[in-house]
Amino acid sequence: MSRKGADIVIETLKEEGVDVIFGLPGGAIMEVYDALYRDGGIKHILARHEQGAGHMAEGYAKATGKVGVAMTTSGPGATNIVTPIADAYMDSVPMVVITGQVPTHMIGNDAFQEVDIVGITRPITKHNFLVRNIDELPLIIRKAFYIASTGRPGPVLVDIPKDITQQLSDVKIPSLEEVKKALPGYKPHTEGNIQQIKKAVKLIMEAKRPVLYVGGGAVNAEAQEELIELAELMKIPVATTTQGKGAFPENHPLALRMLGMHGTYYANMAVYNSDLLIAVGARFDDRVTGKIDEFAPDAKIIHIDIDPASISKNIIVDVPIVGDVKIVLRKLINELKRKGAKVTHPEEREKWLEQIEKWKKLHPLTYKNSKKVIKPQYVIEQIYEVTNGDAIIVPGVGQHQMWAAMFYKYSYPRQFLNSGGLGTMGFGLPAGIGAKIGRPEKEVFVIDGDGSFVMTMQEIITAVQYRVPVKVAIVNNAYLGMVRQWQELFYSKRYSEVDLSLQPDFVKLAEAMGAVGFRAEKPKEVREILEEAMKVEDRPVIMDFVVDREENVLPMVPPGKSYKDMILEDGRGAEAETMYLVG
Amino acid sequence: MADTVGGAEITVAKSPRLRQTRKGQVRKHIINVKVRNEIGVLARIATLIAGKGYNIESLSVGETHEPGISRMTIEVVGDDIVIDQVVKQLRKLIDTLKVRDITDVPHVERELVLVKVHTPTSRARDEVLRIVEIFRGKIVDVSPETYTIEVTGDEEKINAMLELLKPFGIKEMARTGKVAMRRELFIEEGNLE
Repeated sequence: MSRKGADIVIETLKEEGVDVIFGLPGGAIMEVYDALYRDGGIKHILARHEQGAGHMAEGYAKATGKVGVAMTTSGPGATNIVTPIADAYMDSVPMVVITGQVPTHMIGNDAFQEVDIVGITRPITKHNFLVRNIDELPLIIRKAFYIASTGRPGPVLVDIPKDITQQLSDVKIPSLEEVKKALPGYKPHTEGNIQQIKKAVKLIMEAKRPVLYVGGGAVNAEAQEELIELAELMKIPVATTTQGKGAFPENHPLALRMLGMHGTYYANMAVYNSDLLIAVGARFDDRVTGKIDEFAPDAKIIHIDIDPASISKNIIVDVPIVGDVKIVLRKLINELKRKGAKVTHPEEREKWLEQIEKWKKLHPLTYKNSKKVIKPQYVIEQIYEVTNGDAIIVPGVGQHQMWAAMFYKYSYPRQFLNSGGLGTMGFGLPAGIGAKIGRPEKEVFVIDGDGSFVMTMQEIITAVQYRVPVKVAIVNNAYLGMVRQWQELFYSKRYSEVDLSLQPDFVKLAEAMGAVGFRAEKPKEVREILEEAMKVEDRPVIMDFVVDREENVLPMVPPGKSYKDMILEDGRGAEAETMYLVG
Repeated sequence: MADTVGGAEITVAKSPRLRQTRKGQVRKHIINVKVRNEIGVLARIATLIAGKGYNIESLSVGETHEPGISRMTIEVVGDDIVIDQVVKQLRKLIDTLKVRDITDVPHVERELVLVKVHTPTSRARDEVLRIVEIFRGKIVDVSPETYTIEVTGDEEKINAMLELLKPFGIKEMARTGKVAMRRELFIEEGNLE
């Protein structure tokens, strides 16, 4: 049956199970939008900026584990979505981006709204395609979904020239088998090498001071059950990265919570003093390791990751295991059980856990509350309480993101959706909208900073239009807070261009866009507005929390320094307290 | 040696094993890449290597006996550890079928060079002709003032000949970049060249 290229696009998307597309139309993609209109089988969310569409697709994908789909026109439409593509690439988010392109015969002529988006996105996509022939259109789209969602997930871009969306063809949609056959060089390893697993088992049983270091790969692989089983079986404390949050419940007695630059004292001390570090779906990012020479200096390292290129990239590891985290952990547990799951040095292991308990008591996550001025941490704690710890939290990027990571406890995977790798300000609101559309049954709280929020705040209109009841808490310190913090600590308080005291009235702004707006200026108002906000079910709520301007995110490992150089929650250095530590 | 962490006694290594990266040996690497001959595949590979901050010394591409499959020989100077990372990243590309760093395995390397030498006098012509014969090159074009010479060989041979031709005046030169292939075992043992 002959049909237009545009119809083939929609048909193939439906075959892939796509139920929602985030996008914004334009000249080069109009045929596909026309087909979408005529078909009516896929919901479309009209973002107000292509960057918003991209982050919405990311938020949807991060919240559901399904592939997020975004669609834009050529030229500026395509370049506007470059940031979310880079963001998805850094955080391994499965996403397919469809861009319109000028007609084939005009490519390379500097035509109206032409850019070489395939060239531009080459280093920030897992793969990308320019469609040159209508008969390859369905195969390419299916390849894009297969590549985006398997192995280490990532964004894939498909650029479709306008004439191809207009031509007619009777090409069939290929089966998954045919798709795999057409990708002979693409074979993700999932199983894990059994010899390496056996080596890992030996190290785990012999270790005196083991620590699990868990990243986003564990979330992508849905490996919570296996992680809990392994940790409990062998009594191993578990630290997670921001991407790994929720992979291991943070209220579990073995939880060390977050490690790294803004990690807990006890997580960082445990990692620093460990003799075995088991990295699970994590990539030794510099925000985690700090100074690489002094990262877990005494530890042997086991690294489980689906991406072979992630292994020994930043740190040379002792036992590399390439495979799907869930499959490898299951094999590891089985092998441990087969060997009796015995700990060679049970007394040392007990002492280790006792020591960690001491560290937890010595420096818990804390802050100095106030009755006069709202502390940002207090806002997060109150959000935790009103949502019973069950909401999906989507932060922007900055101080508020770290407070959201610290003062809300996460218990399930895909509960904390943040821009970890790229650190994209403006990620919060649109990603929150995407998350709420993907998981309507969950309360979705965007915790944003005032600086981050204004970067994509036009998407409030999108949330109003589609009645997406996302809750937005702006932690408003009228600064680019994280930059200010660094300027305070490392640039002698020279606050260069970080003052945002001229901001819009967020309450009026919300109302102007059709949302509900609240403001709290005193601590006692915080709980009141949160409770009011929880009652709103048919539109977004924007809450402006005017907080202490100069509050800092602590503890902190200064950039390029080691864990033992941590600045503690009271602003003092950890040096005096770590005299008895290794090194 | 024994140390204590809080109450627990802990044995630690006196000097932590150095895990610093980017500290391998810097040298020339020859990487063979078998790719599907898709549009943009060359750009993808070049972008990836450039993105790691490495300059490609030479790169040659051509079809293999299998239809739709090309072979690239990439020569790049860099740190062993980082080149290892580049190889892993190249393997991840969707269009690559096989990637191998053959630097440390016995292999054959060849390059083809065309060089136009200034030969205005009969004495210069005689000299150049002799050099070309010694290096088993070929003269492929002649003009009253020049010889154009074709020569293939490994890097040392080509450099040696070019060094000898330099005094005559090189007017133009084109090199293909290296092609390289792993030796089969029996040849390796027979020590053939």
